[in-house]
Amino acid sequence: MMASAHSSGSPLVSLQHVGKSFPNGIVALEGFDLSVRPGEFLTLLGPSGCGKSTALRILAGLTEPTSGAVEWGGADPAARQNRRNIGFVFQEPTLMPWGTVESNVRLPLHLKGLDADWRERVSAALERVGLAGVAQLYPRELSGGMKMRASIARALVLEPAILLMDEPFAALDEITRFRLNDDLLALWRTLGKTVVFVTHSVFESVYLSNRIVVMTPRPGRVFRELAIDAPYPRDELFRTSAEYAAWCRLVSRALADAAAGASA
Amino acid sequence: MSAPETRASAARRLELVLRILLPLIVLALVVLAWDQVVRIKQIPPYELPGPGLVLSTLWEDRELLLESLLVTLSTTLEGFLLALAGGVALAVMFNLSRLIEYSLYPYAVILQVTPILAIAPLLLVYMEPPAAVLTCAWIVAFFPVLANTTLGLASVDRNLVDLFRLYGASRVQILIELKLPAAMPYILGGMRIAGGLSLVGAVVAELAAGTAGAGSGLAYRIAESAYRLRIPRLFAALLLLSAAGVVIFFALSLLSHLILRRWHESAIEAER
Repeated sequence: MMASAHSSGSPLVSLQHVGKSFPNGIVALEGFDLSVRPGEFLTLLGPSGCGKSTALRILAGLTEPTSGAVEWGGADPAARQNRRNIGFVFQEPTLMPWGTVESNVRLPLHLKGLDADWRERVSAALERVGLAGVAQLYPRELSGGMKMRASIARALVLEPAILLMDEPFAALDEITRFRLNDDLLALWRTLGKTVVFVTHSVFESVYLSNRIVVMTPRPGRVFRELAIDAPYPRDELFRTSAEYAAWCRLVSRALADAAAGASA
Repeated sequence: MSAPETRASAARRLELVLRILLPLIVLALVVLAWDQVVRIKQIPPYELPGPGLVLSTLWEDRELLLESLLVTLSTTLEGFLLALAGGVALAVMFNLSRLIEYSLYPYAVILQVTPILAIAPLLLVYMEPPAAVLTCAWIVAFFPVLANTTLGLASVDRNLVDLFRLYGASRVQILIELKLPAAMPYILGGMRIAGGLSLVGAVVAELAAGTAGAGSGLAYRIAESAYRLRIPRLFAALLLLSAAGVVIFFALSLLSHLILRRWHESAIEAER
């Protein structure tokens, strides 16, 4: 079944002309506009330091924009509650080393005071990411890929409306990254969640996304939006197809143009 | 098990044996040399007693010495616990309020760098000897706990703090459920230093109190034995003191290992 890739209607969340500058004088974002549609897999693609992560942190409410606005759900008051229901996956697994996998995944439930059926919810989340057998292990006993899976399970345990992922697989080896890409796509398609994914990898962005927003170098703004109209499910066959190569070329060129445009 | 693995584990066992055996051999050689020098040169016991005499004195005076040991140890323990509580509490306050940190940290440093031997007589002017001794043990021991805990609380993963905030954690929750566990290896490191130092503080203060106080700790015994030229007893008391220091160190190391063994690199044996 296709996930609702191109659902119309009001965006789940949008950034409106957002600017962000830091006390040290760095301007990370300037006039940045972004609408996240419900159910889509959206990727922010850009060179290192272009403000992708800052945009994601603003979406998560972890940092305030210096100018512009973050709008959740438009007029629908129920949809506005989504801002409190966010899953976030960092570049590092960011697990508490002193806790088991189970207690790490339980953390969001615990902090939100949802302690009633945590055991079921944690084991369901672990099962979804393929970590059913390791609930009682400590992070140091896991491989890099498994740690990242645990981190994703933690982000999913609250059934968030939106999943924000900040270069989650950048530090993994290629084989592990491919597997996690596939598993993430499968999860996205079964759960129907909205995903905003940050990466600097053209290949990863094309493989995963419905839509890619190519950003300019700092200060980051939207350079171009590209809809990747290749059908799902995408798999090894897609990864080795001429179509995939053509998309990658197109996105690569957009990225290069963004860099050239900025330096011109 | 393959041959290289067997060889590796044999090498590890040999290393362990050497680590235990070599210090024991050194000890045996030193004691033997000590014994021979005392015998051959016929040094009188009031100058340098032989190891045998020290041990027999330790046995003969066991009641007196053990009683003194208990006095010193209980001061050490109290000083240590107060230092632990005070050091951690102050570090937590520093972490919660920069103003408190800026106001008080310099004085913590001043207290630390002023030699305790110079502070002890002053304390004895204003306090009863037992309280002065305890205060000395506390002063010496609390700074490593404070410094290490402060460092540990500041070393927490920023992303984890963000994650806690994302899920609406309060500052107290972040402190108790994130920062303190993250600082635990640092706190335990500070504790290991503090344990030995509180013994030092107690001994220094007992010596400073000297005969003026109702002192009956081990350091007081040492001072008294020196004064009365009962050198074998001095040696026996000294032996007990270092043994106590070693036991404190190993007990705290064991505690640290037990708390950290499941998750922290420092407590995990090399597996590669």
